[in-house]
Amino acid sequence: MAKYGILIDTDFCTGCHTCEIACQQEHDYPVGLNGIKVTEYEYKLANGKVKIDCLPFLTDLCDLCMGRQAEGERPSCVKHCQTACMKFGLTSDLSAEAATRPRAVLYTHTPK
Amino acid sequence: MGKIDVYPTTAWSAGTGCHGGCGQNLFVEDGKLVKVEGNEDHPWNQGRSCPRALAMTQYVYHEDRITEPLIRVGERGEGKFEPISWDEALDYCEEKMGAIRDEHGAESVIFVQGTGRDIGGPITFLAYSYGSPNWVQLGLSGHSCYTPRLGAMKTTLGEFAVADCSQFLEKRYDDPEWEAPEYIIVWGQNPPNTCPDGFYGPWIVDCMQRGSKIISVDPRNTWMSTRAEYHLQIRPGTDGALALGMLNIIIEEGIYDKDFVEKWVDGFDAIKERAAEYPLDKVAAITEIPAADIQAAARAYANAKQAAIQWGVPIDMCPDGTAVAHAISCLWTVTGNIDIPGGQVIAKPAFGVTAYPFSSEELVELYGKDLVERMNEKRIGADIYPMYKHFRGWASPDVTIEQIETGNPYPIKGAWIQTANVIGGQAARAKFHYDAMKKLDFVAIVDLFHNPTTMALADIILPAATFPEKNSFRSWWTPMDSIKKRVQVGECRSDWEINFELAKRFNPEGLQRWATVIDYFDERMEPSGMTFDELDAKGGWAMSPEGPGRPYRRHEKGHLRADGKPGFNTPSGKVELYNKSFESWGMDPLPFYTEPPQSEASTPELFKKYPLVMITGARSNLFFHSEHRQIPWLREKEPDPTVEIHPDTAKEYGIYDGEWIHLENDMGHIKRKALISLKVKPNHVQTLHGWFKPEAEGAEPNLFNVWDYQVNQIIPGPQASKSGFGGGQYKTTLVRLAKISEGGA
Repeated sequence: MAKYGILIDTDFCTGCHTCEIACQQEHDYPVGLNGIKVTEYEYKLANGKVKIDCLPFLTDLCDLCMGRQAEGERPSCVKHCQTACMKFGLTSDLSAEAATRPRAVLYTHTPK
Repeated sequence: MGKIDVYPTTAWSAGTGCHGGCGQNLFVEDGKLVKVEGNEDHPWNQGRSCPRALAMTQYVYHEDRITEPLIRVGERGEGKFEPISWDEALDYCEEKMGAIRDEHGAESVIFVQGTGRDIGGPITFLAYSYGSPNWVQLGLSGHSCYTPRLGAMKTTLGEFAVADCSQFLEKRYDDPEWEAPEYIIVWGQNPPNTCPDGFYGPWIVDCMQRGSKIISVDPRNTWMSTRAEYHLQIRPGTDGALALGMLNIIIEEGIYDKDFVEKWVDGFDAIKERAAEYPLDKVAAITEIPAADIQAAARAYANAKQAAIQWGVPIDMCPDGTAVAHAISCLWTVTGNIDIPGGQVIAKPAFGVTAYPFSSEELVELYGKDLVERMNEKRIGADIYPMYKHFRGWASPDVTIEQIETGNPYPIKGAWIQTANVIGGQAARAKFHYDAMKKLDFVAIVDLFHNPTTMALADIILPAATFPEKNSFRSWWTPMDSIKKRVQVGECRSDWEINFELAKRFNPEGLQRWATVIDYFDERMEPSGMTFDELDAKGGWAMSPEGPGRPYRRHEKGHLRADGKPGFNTPSGKVELYNKSFESWGMDPLPFYTEPPQSEASTPELFKKYPLVMITGARSNLFFHSEHRQIPWLREKEPDPTVEIHPDTAKEYGIYDGEWIHLENDMGHIKRKALISLKVKPNHVQTLHGWFKPEAEGAEPNLFNVWDYQVNQIIPGPQASKSGFGGGQYKTTLVRLAKISEGGA
């Protein structure tokens, strides 16, 4: 089972791309490679109003910033998130926390 | 591999390009910047960062950066430049500018900047040392970026004010004095994407996480507007009507702050009468917002214990932007939301130290009354527009470009352009600007990369440094920050250093008391009791102590007036909603609304031909204005210039998602990739400004494909209001869509 994960408060991801560039800088990934990708969703609600939501996805390239963990640092995407909607931790802790949020996604993740 | 050292500094363009303020940590190895991270010890961003800051290594060491002074060797526009030494470059500028000054007078050289970068300080220093009054955001029609709002605030409140997100307190959200605004009206701005005017956009999201509810005034559906309690989906350019309509509801229903009005407001009855000219049904019809929503939002704002307004450039880009800003400032005044926690906090530069002059008073403080008054005499536009004469010290961009063409009342012969891509960026009527500026005898450009403006116009290019490469300071608004040089790239120099050295050549006696630019910073920073190096040693930032520079309720404590008495810094000591300054300048002392210059109502024939309102100037997190398209990590996320089109409109025009199309009107057309989206209403389209392709041929006629993509070439020129400030038509130009018959881009 995945020991660590990242919890996303989906109400507060604005799709700003900071996590993506943070990841590319940290790993020196060239264009085309990334450990995290953000998608924006626009959709209609039953009352006809429009809603815009955004959500990052951890790809197979995500290593949860193992190198940073060794230095006591959070993953670069989590640290730099402009709305602090990402949290890194033990999946057991995060799943308990997820249950307290109105809307959240918990990525359990095992680096490949 | 060497040891990596980590140094804190503050971001202020160039590099991120923006209005700056974030604490950043620079990771330096063997003299090279290897990484940038947010600084967790800085109260502004508290460790967070943004795409442009995190991509700094790609910017700093980009192969296309200009890293040595270049002199033009071919014809203008041929793109033929050769490197020269700094001494030769400065000699050349001194000789050319000196000759213009001798023959025509110093006013014949204009000093051009773009957005609120780390330029306003050094460029005024150079212009005034040389002797020219003509400091200008050339091309930015109506100076419609913040100056209209600053002018309205200064003349009513005697101060500037911003939404209180605890930014004036070291402990920020943890400071017990601070309370989250119950409501924040986010008026014409998309905070997650932009950090304007000394404000970090994500602070609004921080407040939402702490309970603030949002009233969004935005024609588009955005992440924020779709989370708002009230989304007032306004017709672009009608913000003045909405503000006056809300004001009328608040006054009519008696839900304003009667104590505050009684004690601290001058001209309430006059405002009440003016607001009554904007009844709800009329305002609903003008703004295309349902009456019930306007009413509910006005009530929510007024009934909140504390509420704030965070506003953006659409205020300035309305016809009579100054009047719109005046109207909105009436809202926070009558509701008593001034300088209270979670309201509109009075914003002063930390310690009273000026980095970028925002008012005439600050210019007088820096350069003396005599010089500033002398500068008023010949400043372009000051004889036509009273506000240009009396507020802040800009030359009028709209009059300047005409004067380059006509030579009246005096000729314009030269331009000093500092990190401002006028032709590919801010200039409405971009082609008119291109043609006019081609006639100048001498153009010096300070920049970091080639762009359409350097390519078309530069006789000489001076390479500027990014923030990790330079010494500078920042006090917009708080904290006061040091920006400390940690790396050197090629021969690049800071804007301050370049201007300081050249200024000394033009005014050797006046400037002899400062040996280095750091000496000069020390003098400017004197009110803080710290030198530049001392501030840097403290971690690079400091906030004002209790007193005029620190909230709250300073008007009650006697912190705002020179005489130390309670009250506001106005002649009456009250907030002068009946604006006596405006009155004495021949302007309407009360706020009013005017219809956009192009619309169904004002130009029905044009509207039949071009039925879509084109909204431009929104911000991308990846690019700042016309910058950053050459940065691989950034461009990857937004490779092409797109236009948002509602699905119904796309269907009507037979346009598919991803199709390259033209946006056109009588001024011409531009190319865009269709992005079919529910973000815009069917009668609006929205597209980003500032696009050119750095990877394309730079030499003329191509100029990096600027004429394919520069949206401002189809945006008309000035609609001169009486103030001269406000009204650039960047949000309200009428267009239609057209298929590209030959296909593809």
